[in-house]
Amino acid sequence: MAFTAFSGNAKAVEQAPKKRGWIALVLLAPGIAYMLLFFVAPFFQLALTSLQAPAESGGIGQYVAAAQFSNYWVALQEYWPHLLRSFIYSLSATIIGLLISYPLAYLIGVKVRHRPMLQGILLILVVAPFFISFLLRTLAWKAILPSEFIGTHFSVIFGLVYNFIPFMVLPMFASLQALDLRLVEAGSDLYASPATVFRKVTLPLSMPGIVSGTLLSFIPMSGDYVNASREFLGGTGTAMIGNVIESNFLQTQNYPMAAALSIILMAIILIIVATYVRKSGAEDLL
Amino acid sequence: MAKAAHGSFAEAGADLELVGIQKRFPGFTAIEHLDLTIPAGSFFALLGPSGCGKTTTLRLVAGLEDPTEGKILLGGTDVTALKPHKRPVNTVFQSYALFPHMTILENVAFGLRRRAIGDPVGKAHEALQLVELDHVADRKPAQLSGGQQQRVALARAVVNRPALLLLDEPLGALDLKLRRQMQFELKQIQQEVGLTFLHVTHDQEEAMTMADTVAVMNKGRIEQMGAPEELYELPKTVFVANFLGQSNLFTVDVDGGTDQVIHTISPSGKISVPRRRSERDSGTITVGVRPEKLRLHASAPVDDASINVIGPGRITDVSFIGVSTQYAVEVPGAGTVQVFSQNVEAGPAAKLGDEVWLSWFIEHTFGLADDHLETGAITADFSTQAIATQAGLAE
Repeated sequence: MAFTAFSGNAKAVEQAPKKRGWIALVLLAPGIAYMLLFFVAPFFQLALTSLQAPAESGGIGQYVAAAQFSNYWVALQEYWPHLLRSFIYSLSATIIGLLISYPLAYLIGVKVRHRPMLQGILLILVVAPFFISFLLRTLAWKAILPSEFIGTHFSVIFGLVYNFIPFMVLPMFASLQALDLRLVEAGSDLYASPATVFRKVTLPLSMPGIVSGTLLSFIPMSGDYVNASREFLGGTGTAMIGNVIESNFLQTQNYPMAAALSIILMAIILIIVATYVRKSGAEDLL
Repeated sequence: MAKAAHGSFAEAGADLELVGIQKRFPGFTAIEHLDLTIPAGSFFALLGPSGCGKTTTLRLVAGLEDPTEGKILLGGTDVTALKPHKRPVNTVFQSYALFPHMTILENVAFGLRRRAIGDPVGKAHEALQLVELDHVADRKPAQLSGGQQQRVALARAVVNRPALLLLDEPLGALDLKLRRQMQFELKQIQQEVGLTFLHVTHDQEEAMTMADTVAVMNKGRIEQMGAPEELYELPKTVFVANFLGQSNLFTVDVDGGTDQVIHTISPSGKISVPRRRSERDSGTITVGVRPEKLRLHASAPVDDASINVIGPGRITDVSFIGVSTQYAVEVPGAGTVQVFSQNVEAGPAAKLGDEVWLSWFIEHTFGLADDHLETGAITADFSTQAIATQAGLAE
């Protein structure tokens, strides 16, 4: 066999052309300024607040700068059940949402791909709820659902699933829409049953959509304080960490506690997300 | 799972038989009526312009489409109702369709794993060695060049030792040099492993150099089928005469003849065609001759019962190709006639504007089955343009 003539020349050398430093800087400047102003600065402010101690005068909401790391310990001791509940709710809602969103995204992105009109209508239906306020829709559910159901774990999880489904469907749709159906045909040509083709070809190739869809909903769900609040779908035993932070900030005015909880929440989400992305093999998303 | 597709390799290629196949899509008919038998172990090419139904035929055999009517038999077994994953058939796709998320090795081992064949990794390595790509086994498809991907696609199909291998214009995306080499390799692999190959292409040269049997397809039907030499030397329709190589065609009226030969007259001269080489023998018919069979003469050749002569005409174009010179000769009543002349002597033998007569042996003439020719003499242009025209006709 004489294949040598055209083998071994496929070294695709990826070499970015040397950029002129100052142009890059100018282009980056607005982004950097934005991040400094609206992320880095508030974050430092939050971190400093989380270490404050009560003022000598002892008035409500009066704190002075300090390095009181024990705030974190107190926050964890007092509110770990709320943290745990938040993650259990968010995880359940993410799993239920995934089971609903993936088939929906598959229908829109693959099954009706050759019928653009129908595809457009279905996409609009997914996005349409955004045209009405999130709060109004959640309140509407409170009126629609039977009153015995309101204030339970289930009603809160129901609310989370309902409110975040579009955030899951859209990235999954984008992934599935880009799926090359010729690969599916190749799979069946190579002796794979439809179920195996799904497991070995469709699912892995739509994984980026699944990962970004679940992250886009899991992260805001963990910090959500609307669905679980008593004015909406929550009850006495359903407060999530978002509700605790809210009441510490706005009602008891315990700013260091609220700040410490915010940072703890952020850290836990970061750890969970990093582990998840690593395990799912979708590092490209980070 | 069907027995044929599970656990073992096909021991040899299998006959493929298409019986009364018809395929209609909403709005158009891709295949009118197709009966076709491809004997085991042969290299069969389906040749035709895009839209002629050749790829649909391939997809029907692979099971990726269901026929509207008709049966598909493989090694005598009716597989019409079998799902693609249960057919002992593999395809080398035009787009290669390599799985982008798997390594080259896993791509090649995919089919083996699905059928639970022993030592899939070892066999995949062997197949990659066959196409000399074992050194890229751990890479992903995106890291390979087009030619390498093509060879991986071939290895991924061949490794399964299917009874029938389907090739859907697999060389279309390669440049000329690579294509020549792959044609040679494919032919060699086919002979080594003894599988039945069904190759779909619109490249007449590719079909002729590779296949034992070529079927020329047009508008959902097979126009003519046979060995490449046979199709080239004795085309039976205008479509075949022009799609496979180039032809000079003349519309003539039959004017008597003998047992052996039909005599005809036309405005440009008398043309005779052997009776056994003509599809029709009365009325107005179309006859033709290949451009390389023609000879140029500076003066009217002496009468000879074994040759046809037309002319005089005037040379309107001379292109020197190297191995040959191509002349366009304007002959009154016959239009433009192409002549390919081997450069046995140095340099062209005639100049632009020269007055010439054309002759060829009667036995090189062929008579076609078509009723008439709308445009008088057609000379097929270089293939791309001819394909474009024919594709237009096929719409």
